[in-house]
Amino acid sequence: MMESFWRVLLLQDHNTRVVMAGACLFGAAAGLAGTFLLLRKRSLLGDTLGHATLPGITLAFLLAETFGISPRSFLWLALGATISGVAGMGAVLLIRKTSRLKDDAALAIVLSVFFGAGIAMLSAIQQLPGGQAAGLERLIYGNPASMTSGDAWFVLLASLLVAGVCGFLFKEFTLLCFDEAYALTAGWPVRPLDALLMGLVVLVTIVGLQTVGILLVVALLVIPPAAARFWSDDLRAMALVAAAAGALSSLVGVVASALLPGLPTGALIVLSAALFFGVSLLIGKKRGLVIRLLLEREAGRRLRREHVLRAIFECAEDGQAVVTLEEVLAKRPWKKNELRSEIGQLADDGLLTTEPSGISFQLNGRGDSEARRLVRNHRLWEIYLLTHADVAPARVDRDADLIEHVLDQRLVDELEDLLDEKARERLVPGNPEKKLP
Amino acid sequence: MIWTELDTWIVVTGALTAMACAVPGVFLLLNKQSMLGDAISHAVLPGLAIGFLVSGTRDPLPMLIGAVLAGLFTGVVSGVIERRGRVETGASLGVVFCSLFALGLILIRIAADHVDLDPGCVLYGALELAVIDSAAVPRIVWQSGAILLLNLALAAVFFKELQLAAFDPRFAKASGIPSGWIQQGLTIVTALTTVVAFESVGSILVIAMLIVPGATAMLLSRRVSGVLFWSLVVALCSAVLGHLLAISTAPAWLGWLTGRQDLGSLSSAGMMAASAGGIFFTLLAASRLVQRFLPALQKRTL
Repeated sequence: MMESFWRVLLLQDHNTRVVMAGACLFGAAAGLAGTFLLLRKRSLLGDTLGHATLPGITLAFLLAETFGISPRSFLWLALGATISGVAGMGAVLLIRKTSRLKDDAALAIVLSVFFGAGIAMLSAIQQLPGGQAAGLERLIYGNPASMTSGDAWFVLLASLLVAGVCGFLFKEFTLLCFDEAYALTAGWPVRPLDALLMGLVVLVTIVGLQTVGILLVVALLVIPPAAARFWSDDLRAMALVAAAAGALSSLVGVVASALLPGLPTGALIVLSAALFFGVSLLIGKKRGLVIRLLLEREAGRRLRREHVLRAIFECAEDGQAVVTLEEVLAKRPWKKNELRSEIGQLADDGLLTTEPSGISFQLNGRGDSEARRLVRNHRLWEIYLLTHADVAPARVDRDADLIEHVLDQRLVDELEDLLDEKARERLVPGNPEKKLP
Repeated sequence: MIWTELDTWIVVTGALTAMACAVPGVFLLLNKQSMLGDAISHAVLPGLAIGFLVSGTRDPLPMLIGAVLAGLFTGVVSGVIERRGRVETGASLGVVFCSLFALGLILIRIAADHVDLDPGCVLYGALELAVIDSAAVPRIVWQSGAILLLNLALAAVFFKELQLAAFDPRFAKASGIPSGWIQQGLTIVTALTTVVAFESVGSILVIAMLIVPGATAMLLSRRVSGVLFWSLVVALCSAVLGHLLAISTAPAWLGWLTGRQDLGSLSSAGMMAASAGGIFFTLLAASRLVQRFLPALQKRTL
């Protein structure tokens, strides 16, 4: 077992080298092209394309003898697959353009109809004497072990082409993904770019036929980019992570299938990609569940602390400097234990001076200026929203430490005047800053 | 062409299954969930395999339960990934069903020593073999008839709720209709239909019949009740047409096209899916022509 493991890993067989290189290159190319597909919200197009290649493959198989070509030649079958894949893509675009049906319906229609036609022809092939259909089965379920060096060269060239085009047109594709309307008005050739991107996806699908098969080729277009999304917001980094994840999954899958003979390689490759997705979903650096949970907690804690400080300040504002727990408790609907522990925390941080009994406390110098800042910000925001509610609130970062960071000084002065005015009318409490000597 | 009793049963089974799929399919289409059928029919594979491995027999019930659970799992988990992980709908569905399908292929290979659970059979179906039955009416006919009746009854009872949940889920929720539960129910019914149907006819016919009749019907009617009616008609027509083509015309065409004389009859399920597509594209072209030339005609008559 151990021996065969090292044998596989150290690439001692020529065959293993070919298979592994082919599978990894395909994984990387799929991850790269899939990234743009994901951002264009067209991930399942890969699924439709994969299924749509079947009628072309079967027809090419049946026609092979007429043209005097071996029905087992991968390149010949790939040609058929390309033609019917492009036809399938054309059908999707046609349905989208000429009917009220939505994208998802167009994808599902083309997928099932093309695959149905393919299955019908496959059934005819399966009845032929001599088990000739076996050559097609490997394209349906994927069997990289059947890859010859010629096929590997094809995979290599196709993957390099995909990587090259993606790298060369990175900026254009990015624009296409994020702001198609802008690209169109700025005079970019949006339609040709879109067609080129789809062409790359067709190419990846064809390359993937042999590695993971037509049923699972979509997996490598979808899973690595979706996983990469958890690691970075930067498109460049995301594309690199997706390509690396695709290559790595293929590598792990091929090694696993060499060690566990009898299990389908394509399925193992997809399962390793799924594993990577699961890990990314949990601990991804940018959007993983764990990091988001921590951030949410941190934000909740900060919010609670600010609420307590503001409540104490508002109590103190009415006159007496020493505030009791009961008074603060009446300000907001919070739990006594929570409030008490939060006040203890504030005292530890040196913002509050507590009486020995712990029942009453007062803000000290640092706490007072911190609370003053919070209250002022909050009240200015209230005024701003009261008087300028027509301004799109989405453009405002209300989390900014100082309102001056967001709004310009003139507006802030205006708001401060308004705040003092409103305070006289007792609509909102007064401006804490103006009470300073 | 020789028409036997078996051909009748194949057409009857195909038509009943197709119509049973068309009913939930219309609502999937309205909910923009067309790919759910494809996703579920891939994802039930591990459910079937686990159901078999746990029970150890080819008794259909454990496999059915396993498959329905796997189908539900797909709907729920992809929803969770979409909301919690903020992954786009299609991609989260793709991640889940691809992973499950891969797992299913591996589990079936592991179970292969114990059973003839062939992934090919699951995909393409074996309609031609399934109708061979000693009973006067094959079991599979009863089975697909029952699921059709169930789906029709559910659609009739919950018609208003399904319609509202599809067009305006927020309004539905505000007026006290649990649109979330309606959606889950639709997923369950789709999973159940898929599983019951594809044991006999294969998943490709199910995927096609979930969406294509509904989409065709949408070209013919703008009312949900009208769409439901026409989708049943289209499903019936494609089943009959599909089988006729499969046993007579299509092999001849294919033989002429490829220059081979050794081709037998084609898979009925595959041809039924393909002829549904044929009907769809024909009507799509027709509706475009009508749209283009109807104004001119009307002007002339005026």
